[in-house]
Amino acid sequence: MDTMRDRFAPVVSRILDEDPRVAVVLAEIGLVPFLEAQRRHPDRVINVGIREQLLVGAGAGLALAGMRPVLHTFASFLVERPFEQVKLDFGHQGLGGVLVSAGASYDVSGGGFTHMAPGDVALLDTLDGWSVQVPGHPDEAEVLLRQAIGAGDERVYVRLSVQANREALPVDGQHLLTVREGRRGVVVAVGPLLDQVLAATEGLDVSVLYATTVRPFDAAGLRRAVGASAADVVLVEPYLAGTSTGAANDALADVPHRVLGLGVGRRELRRYGSVDEHVAAHGLDAASLRERISGFLDVGVPGVPA
Amino acid sequence: MTVSTERAPDQNAHQYTDLPRLMRLMTGDEKHGPSATSTLDVLWVLYDRVLRVTPATVDDPGRDRFLLSKGHGPMAYYAVLAAKGFLPVEWLSGFGEFASPLGQHPDRMLVPGAEIGSGSLGHGLPIAVGTALGLRAQGRTEPKVWTLVGDAELDEGSNHEAIAFAGAVGLEQLRTVVIDNGSATYGTTGGIAARFEVAGWSTATVDGRDHSALYEAFTAPHPGRPRAVVARVEPKF
Repeated sequence: MDTMRDRFAPVVSRILDEDPRVAVVLAEIGLVPFLEAQRRHPDRVINVGIREQLLVGAGAGLALAGMRPVLHTFASFLVERPFEQVKLDFGHQGLGGVLVSAGASYDVSGGGFTHMAPGDVALLDTLDGWSVQVPGHPDEAEVLLRQAIGAGDERVYVRLSVQANREALPVDGQHLLTVREGRRGVVVAVGPLLDQVLAATEGLDVSVLYATTVRPFDAAGLRRAVGASAADVVLVEPYLAGTSTGAANDALADVPHRVLGLGVGRRELRRYGSVDEHVAAHGLDAASLRERISGFLDVGVPGVPA
Repeated sequence: MTVSTERAPDQNAHQYTDLPRLMRLMTGDEKHGPSATSTLDVLWVLYDRVLRVTPATVDDPGRDRFLLSKGHGPMAYYAVLAAKGFLPVEWLSGFGEFASPLGQHPDRMLVPGAEIGSGSLGHGLPIAVGTALGLRAQGRTEPKVWTLVGDAELDEGSNHEAIAFAGAVGLEQLRTVVIDNGSATYGTTGGIAARFEVAGWSTATVDGRDHSALYEAFTAPHPGRPRAVVARVEPKF
């Protein structure tokens, strides 16, 4: 299966052909798949070299001139290094754009922590007006990218990952999807962690919701899923653990509830290796998730340690 | 769409000699330090004789853009905008108050005619690069994109990202004015213009109080290259 990032340049290249308002800004990373589009649209596929502050500032300037900018590089260089440009050049200036990251939390596991950004969504959470899309499959990424680029002058962050679920679901860029229904609690799986969550909750009497749009958080969807009585919610996110616990708490402010946030640990592992090894090290593999979810929700099944 | 280079007659038009009075409305102080007025003459020459933008064309996609990157000490900017009718003179006396749209750093969402909000240094030039790219991508080769930075502001690395890129790609529509009041802590080896020249820009260094010299420097042709004008004014006290 191709990756979300493999899908990015072909999808956006077609959009460049269709919509003269769209421009892509790159900082070397991810340029090669855009070379053909750059030949067709030399003024709208812009490589600024290894200059991430300029990447974001120039992207905002394109928006100021009436264009729809799509900015792409690894998450750590797109959101973290030029964070003040993201905050001011888009937010404070009241401009829109689409930030599309690759690398995610540990896609570049062999590259070490310099190429990891598990805090990207939490960091964007300090800003107003950004929607955050976390597709879990290349087909979903395609849908969400098209929607993000077509979203007028909105500010959208699309987080692409090499981690993916086996099957795509019909995501709409807004709502939680109910994948499984149960009575003993609600587990929200974000993006590429759905398969692990489904495996981890097999046979447990819990609901599983699937989120690819985490900001704005579908508060109404979570409220509906938990019902009217006390709520137990587990969030399983492919980035910093607890990133969305505040959003879930706000959604459930007027019902008694408990929320457990699972995700990537804050402590730097200082490890290389494979993505799967990092998944396991952060307790996001199916067996670890099953243990933590069933323990929190008290839904252990016979023969399985809770 | 094009913007006429003819200026509509404005019965309320102010002159250069009105600017000190307009600035006093903001400060209540008749003595301005050089840093507060370092940009005054550059701004006046630009808005009076160079920029193709008026209060009637602030939303015209064919207008010239002026991005004040050095958002510190914006009284001269507000005075010029008021003198040219972009904002009411009555606003000036509320400068910095809670209910006033005019703050210690300008906000484009509040100030008519302000293309960007600024204050944090090093943002205007990269945004100007993108704006020039955006206009070019739309086939709008006529509008010019100006930005004003301070000499100390050039210390910010983001400016060097923009200078290197704009020179390399020959972004002719881009123009930068550097107000040089000698406030950069470590100065510059070879002078400020050298930083731009080495990146492929067309440059000029002029007396930032000499309106004729500024006008000449602002309007000189520079085919295929972005333009930087260093306007030297009195050193920061």
